[in-house]
Amino acid sequence: MSLVAASTAAPAAPAVEGAPEAAVATLARRGIGEVVLEVKDISLAFGGVKALTDISFDVREHEIRAIIGPNGAGKSSMLNCINGVYQPQKGSISLRGRTFAHMNPRQVAEMGVARTFQSLALFKGMSVLDNIMAGRNLKMKTNLFQQAIRWGAAEREETANRRVVEGIIDFLEIQAYRKTPVGKMPYGLQKRVDLGRALAMEPQVLLLDEPMAGMNVEEKQDMSRFILDVNDEFGTTIVLIEHDMSVVMDLSDRVVVLDYGKKIGDGTPAEVRHNPEVIRAYLGTAH
Amino acid sequence: MQTTFPRLLLEHAAARPAAPALREKEFGIWQTLSWSALRGLVESLACGLAQAGLQRGQHLVVIGENRPRLYASMLAAQSLGAIPVPLYQDAAAGEFVFPIVNADVPFAVVEDQEQVDKLLEVRGRCPTLTRIWFDDPRGLRNYREPGLAPLDELVEAGRAFASSNPDFFRGEVAKAQPGDVAAMFFTSGTTGNAKGVVHSHETLIDRAAAGARFDKLSCDDEVLAYLPPAWIGQNIFSYAQWLVCGYVVNCPESASTVMLDLKEIGPTYYFAPPRVFEGLLTSVMIRMEDAAPIKRWLFDRCMAHARRVGSARMDGKPLSWLDRLGWALGNLLIYSPLRNSLGFSRVRVAYTAGEAIGPDLFIFYRSLGINLKQLYGSTETAVFVCLQPDHEARSDTVGVPIEGVEIRVTESGEILVRSPGLLKEYYRDAAATAEVLTPEGWYKTGDAGFLDPAGHLKIIDRAKDVGRIVGGENDGALFAPRYVENKLKFFPYVKEAVAFGDGRDRVCAFVNIDMEAVGNWAEKRNLAYSSYADLSQKPPVLELIRDCVEKVNADLAGDDKLAGSQISRFLVLHKELDADDGELTRTRKVRRGFISDRYASLLEALYAGESHRYVETEVKFEDGRTGRVAADLKIVDAKTFPVTRRAA
Repeated sequence: MSLVAASTAAPAAPAVEGAPEAAVATLARRGIGEVVLEVKDISLAFGGVKALTDISFDVREHEIRAIIGPNGAGKSSMLNCINGVYQPQKGSISLRGRTFAHMNPRQVAEMGVARTFQSLALFKGMSVLDNIMAGRNLKMKTNLFQQAIRWGAAEREETANRRVVEGIIDFLEIQAYRKTPVGKMPYGLQKRVDLGRALAMEPQVLLLDEPMAGMNVEEKQDMSRFILDVNDEFGTTIVLIEHDMSVVMDLSDRVVVLDYGKKIGDGTPAEVRHNPEVIRAYLGTAH
Repeated sequence: MQTTFPRLLLEHAAARPAAPALREKEFGIWQTLSWSALRGLVESLACGLAQAGLQRGQHLVVIGENRPRLYASMLAAQSLGAIPVPLYQDAAAGEFVFPIVNADVPFAVVEDQEQVDKLLEVRGRCPTLTRIWFDDPRGLRNYREPGLAPLDELVEAGRAFASSNPDFFRGEVAKAQPGDVAAMFFTSGTTGNAKGVVHSHETLIDRAAAGARFDKLSCDDEVLAYLPPAWIGQNIFSYAQWLVCGYVVNCPESASTVMLDLKEIGPTYYFAPPRVFEGLLTSVMIRMEDAAPIKRWLFDRCMAHARRVGSARMDGKPLSWLDRLGWALGNLLIYSPLRNSLGFSRVRVAYTAGEAIGPDLFIFYRSLGINLKQLYGSTETAVFVCLQPDHEARSDTVGVPIEGVEIRVTESGEILVRSPGLLKEYYRDAAATAEVLTPEGWYKTGDAGFLDPAGHLKIIDRAKDVGRIVGGENDGALFAPRYVENKLKFFPYVKEAVAFGDGRDRVCAFVNIDMEAVGNWAEKRNLAYSSYADLSQKPPVLELIRDCVEKVNADLAGDDKLAGSQISRFLVLHKELDADDGELTRTRKVRRGFISDRYASLLEALYAGESHRYVETEVKFEDGRTGRVAADLKIVDAKTFPVTRRAA
């Protein structure tokens, strides 16, 4: 089942200045396309605290982009800026070439950007099914009264949305927990439900805020598989904040490294791993 | 009944085209396939397979869970006179090589990416395998393997062919004879290589019909198909009897939703091996322990009453009006809700087989009003040899021989069976066939047992496993390992047990604890544990198991024939015995010889009187990789009891 019409033909390798031949070939094979999200000179400050200073990077279609950095580097703030939760003092964000001065979260969501939360903002008392249905909110056109009476158009809409949600439940292999209140489920499965709710929006860009936090090795493997499946089957572009280096190196196509609100590295995992700045700031050196 | 499976399909489709044949839960909703729709699907698949080149007499491998389209593929193969060979979906890739090579299998129909990956892994060793079709396309989008295609393609091609050749399907079905081979099942055998058991339409349909008549099955019955399709029992209950009676087979959504789907469907005809019933009882007891005091009191009182009068009531014996009133009240308050939560509200007939079932367990279910009975049979006999009649269900017998079955017991105590349901042969293994089928048509079951005065068959053990104690104070005594192991497994804390003693001076045993039951027991006593291996060696747990062993010993002491089989020493294994490691068969039976070789050092320690021994074992994970598990196992002595003569 295809939520997003994924481009079936691999586009011609995009012109990437200065990139080595191997990287270009990899991009072509992965079907990575043109720039879909561009962040230019973003600066964000909370009073005297400069959370982000002149950050610029881009995200290409269908790729998996990781944002890494020590705690307090500004990664979640970056994601919140893209999401419209924070308004940066300086800089702009463009989605598919359209630049916006100020965006609120609803507008961003309507443009096809979904996100998950580090602290799982799920409705603990509601079932898995209802939580994921909540993610279909933007796709529902009937108003409150029609839904209250649930007659005709509202009923049809409910059925159509339920079908999509069941597809997601099937995709994430949580059928056995369909009616279980989310609060009763193990943490790893709750994260899956969070991912499901984000997928319910049929996003073109998916922002994942530390999806592997608090998971053991098995759960991380499961979550990695789902992230790769989402990217592969639905063609969703993924921006991922993550601390686990092995996950970042294995999953992502390109990596942005932040440190104290500044960008100190940007490139493929291999390039970033050997960047001396990144090693000093984040990966650690022997003293 | 002289007919074939495809002909039965056509009859049902003609007589009741709109009636449901199969249901599958997909996307949260039970999707129904009617008999006429099924017929259409089978016709398309048969035409597709014929176009792809499947010849009469060739074999089609089918691997997966119970899915309507896999069932349809089996029927489609049979329509063309080809032979479906279902294989265990949880087997490692290497286990598929022998069946495929042995039968020169050209085509395979599998469920999903997991099975496709396994077949692709061993493709190099199976040169005859040219085409693989898969049902669920998830994850297979980018696979570019020659001969690999979705089942949808086969259905499309077949539909096109059928519309231009409308009589082809009927013609092919008409060519088949009841004596033709219908299917091949691999019995993984507790010793040695797998053997392909060949059955014809006749043998399977005859036994299916005999069983259906015995329990008065009809087209109104509902069955849940959740056991591996490669196992003949699953085939008989959800395929052979399904086609004979025309009832509805329901396929659950996934392995993890089986219990939920069971509750939703409420089957009327149910089969499960004893360990499933044990597991259900354990989960009920565990939940009861956490219930409010008044509920616990009510449960205990009602269950005590049920234990007293429930079985008698199920057996149709007369009860006093007070007892009847008590049971009716208990039914309203406890038994009926409990049956409902287990999914057994509508069960008319529930069978269990494969191993001995504990008497407490048996009585528990019968006293609740669930018609649980035992049956006896094997892959080679198309399952139904002995069945228990409704009012004669006891825990220690396996039933009476049903119509068409003759039973004889040799001097050495081995059970022989003659029936219309016997296998045709072991595929391409005349020597093995001659070993089990006598010229007069008797099948040597390899089980030791006897017929009791009431005409019921009682099984003691596998004939070749029955041994003798040599030396020591019980010199010459009979040793029946399965008998002892089953008694141990009746305790909820013991998941599996292996007893040794043939040719030795005393009996020693390996025990596997049941993680759920013992884990719960440990939590109630504030005993912290980190893993299975850790829990298994905790001194209180060893005490608990010793308690169970000594109770078994006391019980055995009262049986003058088997008193010599008491267990003197035992140890608790640090890892569960697993089919993936070759220690159990795919139907969870213990492979004694393999285990005694693998753990030879532990056996040595047991018999040498050591108090503990360090062991490191290699384990195989589900994806074929290997790892090592190590532990220092403590060996425990158990008290044995002198023989007491039991009152007749």
